[in-house]
Amino acid sequence: MSLRASTSQTIGPYLRIGLEWMQIEDMAPKGVAGERVSIRGRVTDADGKPVNDAAVEIWQANSHGRYAHPEDKQDKPLEKDFRGYGRSLTDDKGAFRFNTIKPGRVAGPGGKLQAPHLTVTIFMRGLLKHLQTRIYFPDDRANAEDPVLALVPAERRATLIARSSAGGTLEWNAVLQGQNETVFFDF
Amino acid sequence: MDPAPYRRPYWNTQPDYLFPKYASTVRRAPTQPLVVLPHTLSEVTAPVFGYDAVKPGDSDLTKQHKDEPQGERIVVSGRVLDENGKPVPNILIEIWQANAAGRYNHRVDQHDAPLDPNFTGAGRFLTDHHGRYRFMSIRPGEYPWRNHYNAWRPAHIHFSLFGQGLMQRLVTQMYFPGDPLLEYDPMFMCVADEKARNRLISLFDWENTIPEWALAYRFDIVLRGREETPMENRR
Repeated sequence: MSLRASTSQTIGPYLRIGLEWMQIEDMAPKGVAGERVSIRGRVTDADGKPVNDAAVEIWQANSHGRYAHPEDKQDKPLEKDFRGYGRSLTDDKGAFRFNTIKPGRVAGPGGKLQAPHLTVTIFMRGLLKHLQTRIYFPDDRANAEDPVLALVPAERRATLIARSSAGGTLEWNAVLQGQNETVFFDF
Repeated sequence: MDPAPYRRPYWNTQPDYLFPKYASTVRRAPTQPLVVLPHTLSEVTAPVFGYDAVKPGDSDLTKQHKDEPQGERIVVSGRVLDENGKPVPNILIEIWQANAAGRYNHRVDQHDAPLDPNFTGAGRFLTDHHGRYRFMSIRPGEYPWRNHYNAWRPAHIHFSLFGQGLMQRLVTQMYFPGDPLLEYDPMFMCVADEKARNRLISLFDWENTIPEWALAYRFDIVLRGREETPMENRR
């Protein structure tokens, strides 16, 4: 049997009605192992204007490099208080935020390890289908050997790597168009 | 061994990012080439939600307030399958919609139609072991929007589905059969394949109507399927 996947449609301007109940910006309760990271960023359009009606979702492994999902059978610890999912709805400044832990490395193509990363899914009015991208961590040596970053033209890789900013937070922005347009994936 | 990847979408069944007839895409669609993403463990896994995520009342949008909402009661049900025809069980579905007058309970919606104090317009539920879901609501109204002169959205319900893997995540809209606005709607018309578009239209579902209470609509949803693994090809 072969069916065709249903057509994607925009999330529209009223996404808050359906999605706000499960806003999860603090992803790692006390007691979850790993290096704490705070990620702050903005979504901006072609004119540099804030996108105030986007949903940004994170999916990540725990600090041991294991996903809380039955298909991840790696011999690494699971933590019952860490699901690995976050959702932030942008505010009037286009800003979103996540407080989480830095994930460990997980297997990539051909068994090579990937560098620590967060997968990022973005929905908004004006997108008929969602965007898929990733956040990597600054100054992580593993970035140099990450098999997915290696697929990205060198001059655009920086758009996938968060920057350390004042107060110990990490900054990562989703730039939809223009200079420094974020790399989005064909998934 | 690398996980079996999800099949890439059939070419004319999924929209492009840039679709100028839907004006908001012009300043928001990526302009640089997309980078083809391999499906690693990060892409074939996804958040898992349990029955504690939803309350029984979350699937009846007509019973979330003191009194009944205005409008025509409907039952919507269907199955979630993957492209291989396998049911997708135990996934979270979120829905939201306008009220019977075509007005959303949202500060940005300034359409001059009445709000309904007895209708929020949001629900959520999990698919069962067979991939089935069901909810009660009221039929949403059509409403004008500012995409072009005299633009009206056909009646629709928004659906957000978490699949079993990140590559199955889907946000879509369900439409109603016989809606004369469909062919004028750039969102509905966003893909070239007429059959794909028509799969977004629910079917009138006589069997599930509730006599003297509510009409029923059926809306089946298909999420992406995995490529067969080499092992399976060999049989």
